[in-house]
Amino acid sequence: MPAGLGSVGETLQGGPGTQLAGRLRAVARRGWWRSPLGLWSRSLPLRVTSTVFLASVVVLVLGGLLLMQQATSGVLNGKRESAANEARQAVNTAQAQLNATDLSGEVNVDKLLYDLAYGFAGRSGGSEQYQVIILARGQTITAGSATSDSIPTALRAQVDAGSSDLLITPTQVFYDDGRPPVAGLAAGSGLTLPGTGRYAIYLVFPLTQEVSTLAVLQTAVVSTGAVLVLMLTLIAALVARQVVTPVREAARAAENLASGNLHDRMRVRGQDDVALLATSMNNMAAEMEKQITTLSELSQVQQRFVSDVSHELRTPLTTVRMAAEVLHDARDDFDPIAARSAELLQTELDRFELLLNDLLEISRFDAGAATLTPVRTDLRSIVERVVDAQEPLARAYAVRVGIHAEGDTTAEVDVRRIERILRNLMTNAIEHSEGRPVDVLLAGDEEAVAVAVRDHGVGFEASQAKQVFLRFWRADPARARTVGGTGLGLAISMEDANLHGGWLTAWGRPGLGAQFRLTVPRQAGGVLQTSPLPMAPRDLPLVPVPVLEDEEPVEDQVPLDGPSSVGALAGTGWQPGRGPS
Amino acid sequence: MFEGVAGGSTAGSTDQNEPGSARPRVLVVDDDAALAEMLSIVLRNEGFEPFWCAYGDKALASFRENHPDLVLLDVMLPGREGVDVCRDIRAESGVPIVMLTAKTDTVDVVAGLEAGADDYVSKPFKAKELVARIRTRLRRLPTAVEEGEADTLSVGDLTISVDGHSVKRDGTQIALTPLEFDLLLALARRPWQVFSREVLLEQVWGYRHAADTRLVNVHVQRLRSKIERDPEHPEIVVTVRGIGYKAGEPVRA
Repeated sequence: MPAGLGSVGETLQGGPGTQLAGRLRAVARRGWWRSPLGLWSRSLPLRVTSTVFLASVVVLVLGGLLLMQQATSGVLNGKRESAANEARQAVNTAQAQLNATDLSGEVNVDKLLYDLAYGFAGRSGGSEQYQVIILARGQTITAGSATSDSIPTALRAQVDAGSSDLLITPTQVFYDDGRPPVAGLAAGSGLTLPGTGRYAIYLVFPLTQEVSTLAVLQTAVVSTGAVLVLMLTLIAALVARQVVTPVREAARAAENLASGNLHDRMRVRGQDDVALLATSMNNMAAEMEKQITTLSELSQVQQRFVSDVSHELRTPLTTVRMAAEVLHDARDDFDPIAARSAELLQTELDRFELLLNDLLEISRFDAGAATLTPVRTDLRSIVERVVDAQEPLARAYAVRVGIHAEGDTTAEVDVRRIERILRNLMTNAIEHSEGRPVDVLLAGDEEAVAVAVRDHGVGFEASQAKQVFLRFWRADPARARTVGGTGLGLAISMEDANLHGGWLTAWGRPGLGAQFRLTVPRQAGGVLQTSPLPMAPRDLPLVPVPVLEDEEPVEDQVPLDGPSSVGALAGTGWQPGRGPS
Repeated sequence: MFEGVAGGSTAGSTDQNEPGSARPRVLVVDDDAALAEMLSIVLRNEGFEPFWCAYGDKALASFRENHPDLVLLDVMLPGREGVDVCRDIRAESGVPIVMLTAKTDTVDVVAGLEAGADDYVSKPFKAKELVARIRTRLRRLPTAVEEGEADTLSVGDLTISVDGHSVKRDGTQIALTPLEFDLLLALARRPWQVFSREVLLEQVWGYRHAADTRLVNVHVQRLRSKIERDPEHPEIVVTVRGIGYKAGEPVRA
């Protein structure tokens, strides 16, 4: 099935479409030879072509068989009829000849029969239309090269039984001169020679001519059938291609649209269904382009707004800040109330600035204006830098910070963003550690690098593991704010992690502390499957609490998905990448 | 082209930064009156002589009139964009320019630096931070005598006169801004050393902690466009991949 194979070949070598090529790469990666069914279910032309091929083979085989059967029976019946006529005539002639024989004298019956046989044989001519065998009293007189084996025993028995009718039956003609046996007809009858008895005469008609005719016919039927199958398959492949090409083109156009080439359109040819498809696709594309342009314009307005707000707020803030500094520097000359006010003004301005920065950062994420500038870096160096920078805070809280690294911890990350995430996690951990040690764990595997920040402080309810990433969320609204974060730190960290295609997860239990884990793919743009570090801390005391039991086993099983597991995990199954943002 | 070679504002008062000399003059170009006034208070308090110009299109005239030793330039200005004003001033003087930017966006900062700004400060800045930046820009690198070395240095086919603040190729003087001169001098003084961008930031810009390395990149490009025979294939300020820059080998005629 060259057409079918051609279609497969084309499919394997990849069509012009990149999407097709991509699909093929996917197939090759899985090994199409290992899943031929997969290829079958993916390629419509292959399916159509093979189906047409199989169906036409079946139809043509059946048709050919029927045709051959009809032709064979027609040819054989004709031959049988003519053979019967000829035989009857011959037998009658022979009988007449015998009847006319003068039996008064000494008759050599053998010679008579011999002559008779050769007479017939001679009459049948060189064409060897038939051969004559006469069986008489145990001896066989044959004229021609057919042996007496050519006479079926059933026929012989019937003739011997005294049937006077001419009997005709198919047989196999054997020759004594070494020719291969051929199919033939055997006719038999009894001859009576008055006075001497009954003899059996057989006429053997070889079907050499008919067999060769039928053979030619068969060859013709088979070759015609083969050509037809070939043509049909080819046509099917062409038609399938014709139908599939625009569909693939449509798929490619849709893919292009999806990847942002909003100006891509399908070519519209003719007025058929395919043209309709193309027109609809193009209309959809135009509509989408319009919508997306509107949206991106809105987004630009938003970005512009953010930029303007940035400028407009920052300039007066600069003035206020400098004024506050002047007042702060001169506070020794003030009365105590004014001096304290100057101090408060100064510290609150710091907070105001932090908040403004965080708000602008969040708006930048919301506007989709945040971009990643990944650089291959050892995360350990970032961790060390952050821990060093947090040293004063740690000392203020009397917290010992330990770093534990294992494996290769380099990854392509945006250093500024990763540093910001880790700074946030460190500040949080130190702030909530209640003076107990904080541990930073680093680990890397083939695909990912993870950093976990573990504290043994107050912790939080398992159900809050998701909420900690919400904007302006406070664990306990009644609790006094100590360090004075903006309340946006973890929300920004989450956005930063998402921008990396990474995960940021939280684990916490009241009294057992908390662990925040950041996982980023080793290569920028990589997709995470698992994290080198567990979500829950490894150092948990072995308390026989059911909560802990469902944690360990489930952790690695549902790294990607399974909102249903959130309940079971009670917060630890927080969904990275599907943050509440 | 500006005639001042290094340290040369057109004011002609080359020794203004010396202790006990006249107060360094700082031109503040900012449309925000409150900020400008606050800046004036702080600058005066820190021993500078501030001037104020509120309009972008009048900044150049004010510059010519006041002969400042340093310009503080806001990016967003009425009349004329800060980046354009920066280019105007650079076209006739090498006087240090520090951009005041409310935008931390890459494009704006780089546009300002490429227009010739020496440094930038992001709003909201602290007064001390700004003053530190200004002082760094007005400070001169140690003289040859202070460093205890020869007055003349060679990089590639250039001859640098350290105390004369001049750079010559085949006897022809090449005009550099003070910053560009400092950058070249920092590299030329230790021709065997490869300087990372961070080290250059500390030595030339005075940043103690890691700062924006684009400052280095942009100014190396600007410097190369003036001193290299073929800026595409630099021979004087050579890039050392993955590390930073170093001075090219001196060429002995």
